[in-house]
Amino acid sequence: MSDDRIFISTDEPPAESAALVDDFTPSLITQANHHLCPGCGEPIAIRAAVEAIEELELAERTIAVFGIGCYTAFAHNLDVEVVQALHGRAPSVATGVKRMLPEGFVMTIQGDGDMVNEGLQEVLHAAARGENITCLLLNNGVFGETGGQMTTTTTLGQRTKTSIEGRDPHQHGHPILLSDLAATMDGAAYVARCAVNNAGNVARTKRYITRAYESQMAGAGFSLVEILTMCPTGWFVDTLEGPDYLQDTLAPVHNIGELRTP
Amino acid sequence: MSDRALLEGSEAMARAAVAAGCRFFTGYPMTPFTELLEHMAALLPQVDGVCMNAESELEAVGMAWGAATTGHLAATGSTGQGLSLMQESLSEITNARLPLVVFNMARGQGDYFQATRGGGHGDYRHIVLAPMDVPEAVELTRLAFDLAGQWRTPVMVLGDYFLAHTYQAVSVPSIDGAAPKVPDWALNGSTGGSGAAKIISPLGSGTEGEEGFDLGAHFADCAAHIQALEAGVEPLVDVGFCDDAELVVAAYGSVGKFVRYACLQLRDSGHRVGYIRPITLWPFPSQAVQDAAAGSAKVAVYEQNMGQMIDDVRLATLGAVPVEFIGGPSWDHSGFGIGPDINVPDISERILEAMP
Ligand SMILES: Cc1ncc(C[n+]2csc(CCOP(=O)(O)OP(=O)(O)O)c2C)c(N)n1
Ligand code: SF4
Ligand SMILES: [Mg+2]
Repeated sequence: MSDDRIFISTDEPPAESAALVDDFTPSLITQANHHLCPGCGEPIAIRAAVEAIEELELAERTIAVFGIGCYTAFAHNLDVEVVQALHGRAPSVATGVKRMLPEGFVMTIQGDGDMVNEGLQEVLHAAARGENITCLLLNNGVFGETGGQMTTTTTLGQRTKTSIEGRDPHQHGHPILLSDLAATMDGAAYVARCAVNNAGNVARTKRYITRAYESQMAGAGFSLVEILTMCPTGWFVDTLEGPDYLQDTLAPVHNIGELRTP
Repeated sequence: MSDRALLEGSEAMARAAVAAGCRFFTGYPMTPFTELLEHMAALLPQVDGVCMNAESELEAVGMAWGAATTGHLAATGSTGQGLSLMQESLSEITNARLPLVVFNMARGQGDYFQATRGGGHGDYRHIVLAPMDVPEAVELTRLAFDLAGQWRTPVMVLGDYFLAHTYQAVSVPSIDGAAPKVPDWALNGSTGGSGAAKIISPLGSGTEGEEGFDLGAHFADCAAHIQALEAGVEPLVDVGFCDDAELVVAAYGSVGKFVRYACLQLRDSGHRVGYIRPITLWPFPSQAVQDAAAGSAKVAVYEQNMGQMIDDVRLATLGAVPVEFIGGPSWDHSGFGIGPDINVPDISERILEAMP
């Protein structure tokens, strides 16, 4: 490393206010000032999802169905058509949309609480039917929006507000590995799991999402991309510790990789 | 063009739905709703429509919700327990301002409250129509789709075991006609990338700004819509002999038809009995009930439950006349039907006992 590195002290407020050097907002996000926490992984995942829509030129045929969780704030921020569904119910709503608009590109955006707790049967039935939709699961292993309680994807030993000493299999049971389960369904064409805790994983997330979209557009059947996302607030860790916590807590159990390809 | 045929209520309603332009149907089998689902499964493919045997009622109502967002006429339905499962969605679909027809083929009359009170959470109501027989069900099915489209709201058709399974000669419109044009508010993806893509949400269509979007304003709009429905939907009602009646008998649905017959017979034998049969259960025909009761000494309510519609009758008459309950639960051993008490001599006896 050379010696002309720039050091920015954060001990004191900066002398000058920050200047906007460029606008990095993807064109399909209308309002970049979201209300999610600093260090949250969900905006990164949603960014990858909309960038892939743009790159595949799907914007004018997309209908995105939102579940209920922190990511729901983005339902009102996107420049693609949106249906807001109930907690857990997005795959059925997306099914109704897709059956009436077979030429459309139909996706869901859901969290682990939404998809794996409240709506487990919906996503599995959609997968088994081979419903030609793409479901995105933002898995942070907690109910973020309600303040960090245990979900079915919380890993053993993980501390949450409702598993204070860590998730104990005798008391709280074992986590559900949703993508592994969905990958066993014959109706599923593409199933993959990735994460947004470092640049390499973000690039991989975008790649997997793109493949899922392509599989839907080819009429291959159900596709699911599970994205492990940071939730420093719900995990009760410092913002900067989020990526490492994800790596140490969620990633060893919810393994990253493609689980089923067409 | 319309053919006259001897049809089971379920088939007649299915045909009427498709004739009205219904192109998406989904449900989960449950007696006595099952046959409606079966007939829709046979009919919809003939008009390039979609019928799905949903994996549960939760999923059925979700699929219907999704189909409704595309502007094609969609319907679903069930019975008691299944309708209970759907209530969370029915509430939100109402607030999302989506047209949807819901066929509630109830077991008996115990579900009047569930149907008319908005059985789910929140401060909402939707239209409810209760036919008395197969020909009326055919008419009201058409009306249900028309009202749903016109008002962008769920409309429930409340039938029962008797209606679902009785064969009657009816004029059924042909299913060959075109479905109505897809309305402008519907989604098809095409506004994506325009800077103003559409959103259909029970939380309103506000845009997230610095302050977030105004949810309060959306709920105020929902409330205004309920008021507009109440003021704008003319409730249907069937009234007879109330001008000089000493006793007015109120009843609805299949049971209402038997009560009406009992009243006709009692009239023939010189008793001053009138009847009123609310057809639209929400908005309730309060004014018509008030008018029917005006000259009488008493109103009697016959319904096969512990007394549910009687609350609406009491609210309509506001103490102007005494309101007496002459119904009661009526179950046969199967638990499915309208029950053994749907017999005219028994009904007549109760009416005579209630005569002032
Ligand atoms: C039927 C129902 N139960 C509970 C809730 C409350 N609720 C809102 S968001 C949420 C948690 C969402 O968790 P998840 O999907 O994992 O999203 P996250 O907030 O973690 O992003 C819950 C339980 C609800 N909205 N609806
Ligand atoms: S609570 Fe967690 S998931 Fe929700 S916005 Fe904050 S960091 Fe993101
Ligand atoms: Mg979560």
